[in-house]
Amino acid sequence: MNGLVVSDFSVSHGAISAINKVSFQVEKGQLAAIIGSNGAGKTTLLRALSGLIPASDGTATWSGQSLLERKPEDLVRDGIVHVSEGKSVIPELNVKENLALGGIWRKDKKDVAAATDEVFELFPRLRERINQSADTLSGGERQMLAIGRALIARPKLLLLDEPSLGLAPLVIEQIFTAINQLRLRLGLTVVLVEQNAMSALKIADIGIILNVGHLVASGTSQSLLNDSNLRSAYLGY
Amino acid sequence: MLILDTLFIGLSSGAIYSLMALALVLVWRSTRVVNFAQAGQAILSTYLGYEVMSKTHNYWVSIPFAIIGGALIAAFIDAALMRPLEKRSRQGAVSQIAPVIATLGILGLIRSLTGMIWGNAYVQYTSPLSGKGYMIGHHTIPFSPQNLIIVIGALIVMVIFALIFKFTNLGLALRASSFQPEISRLAGIRVDRIRTIGWAFAGAAGAVAGALVTPTTYLSPNSLDLLLVSGFVAAVIGGLDSLIGAVLGGLLLGVGFAFILQYVGTSVTFSAAFIILMVVLFIRPRGILGSRVGRGDA
Repeated sequence: MNGLVVSDFSVSHGAISAINKVSFQVEKGQLAAIIGSNGAGKTTLLRALSGLIPASDGTATWSGQSLLERKPEDLVRDGIVHVSEGKSVIPELNVKENLALGGIWRKDKKDVAAATDEVFELFPRLRERINQSADTLSGGERQMLAIGRALIARPKLLLLDEPSLGLAPLVIEQIFTAINQLRLRLGLTVVLVEQNAMSALKIADIGIILNVGHLVASGTSQSLLNDSNLRSAYLGY
Repeated sequence: MLILDTLFIGLSSGAIYSLMALALVLVWRSTRVVNFAQAGQAILSTYLGYEVMSKTHNYWVSIPFAIIGGALIAAFIDAALMRPLEKRSRQGAVSQIAPVIATLGILGLIRSLTGMIWGNAYVQYTSPLSGKGYMIGHHTIPFSPQNLIIVIGALIVMVIFALIFKFTNLGLALRASSFQPEISRLAGIRVDRIRTIGWAFAGAAGAVAGALVTPTTYLSPNSLDLLLVSGFVAAVIGGLDSLIGAVLGGLLLGVGFAFILQYVGTSVTFSAAFIILMVVLFIRPRGILGSRVGRGDA
């Protein structure tokens, strides 16, 4: 099986079911946007896919390999990298150290250096701030740093949790353009969790709409954007 | 001269407090556990050193054994006891307190173990260095060659730690995992393993403290108890989160202690540490180098 295949996937927090029998598929090289309002279970879904929390039922595979019962640090080594919600950087470390963290475990140090250069090319702002503490970065710069660190691991499947959270519209556009570039240039498969439905669907190939833990609709971004019922109910415009 | 003398005494005891504080801070940073077992671990490693010395009759040879022993004991405690315990008590009110209580249990366990093996009598773990103070002119200062080696030894440990933390990948992983364990895991750091290494470093620091200070007194299963208290106070003074703070806190406490003993009297020995603690907490509740923000949730 190619790509990411999720079927009958369920996650529960104790007795409460957070994700209920969700199934979808993302082909290699595709960008999938997971859309839904607050509390729809988007973050929970992503956390279960990257091994931070256990799934209670169902299966999830990448390239035919199961993602379940595995630790995040092992999945990273297989190219499945999760950038968690809320500018996932370590504020106590500087920019250089935050980036280095993404490649500590890699044996091929030459390629780590090459990947770091590519990150600086993509986000020149990070090079300018290289010795600054991550604490002093703006929200957009932190998001760049978090994505940059993920890229140093040479991901194949990138799981991004609300990269637009708390950013100004102009910065959101920059970040989304960068994500789109990355995917086109590196052939990455991206799963993008977003509340910001419009911006996400604009760059996504497919969309998956969640509502209180259930899959409401999925399909090509265009078909979702054209469906007037979905638009008014879930896409918010 | 009296002020200088007092400063010297304070420096030597402060160096030991700093080492103990370092040990406590290293564990606290990565696990949010105050490791009361640290006193027991240091006792156990010092007895190891004592054993090696009674075989080899060489203090200097016994020190590395004590250090490696201390590191291994600490790594074992984390990997075999603390980590499984935390995995089991992750939820509810008990999750906060269970690990701390466990360290008290381990302390008791180690103490009875050492009592069973070596007895509760005082034994001598002696250094070839003189415990008599240096002479300056006709004046004997209360600072002996052993005190000097205490200060130098503590300094070496601190420099090594500083170099590791600042300039190596291991140090970066240690810092990252203690600040933000979840983000570190997502970056590919094996946080559990790194944490155990952090415990081993702490155990080594405690072992150095035990091996250096014991020749100035004696060794028994509870001879380092007061050191645990002082180390803890020093760590809190330094902000609990900061390695540099631990060192400064230790020195501050050592010097403060020495002056109180010199000018107030020995009757306040035990309360002095707490008086200093209260004063620091009232003036700077976060400690002198405590961080402003709480750690991200694991």
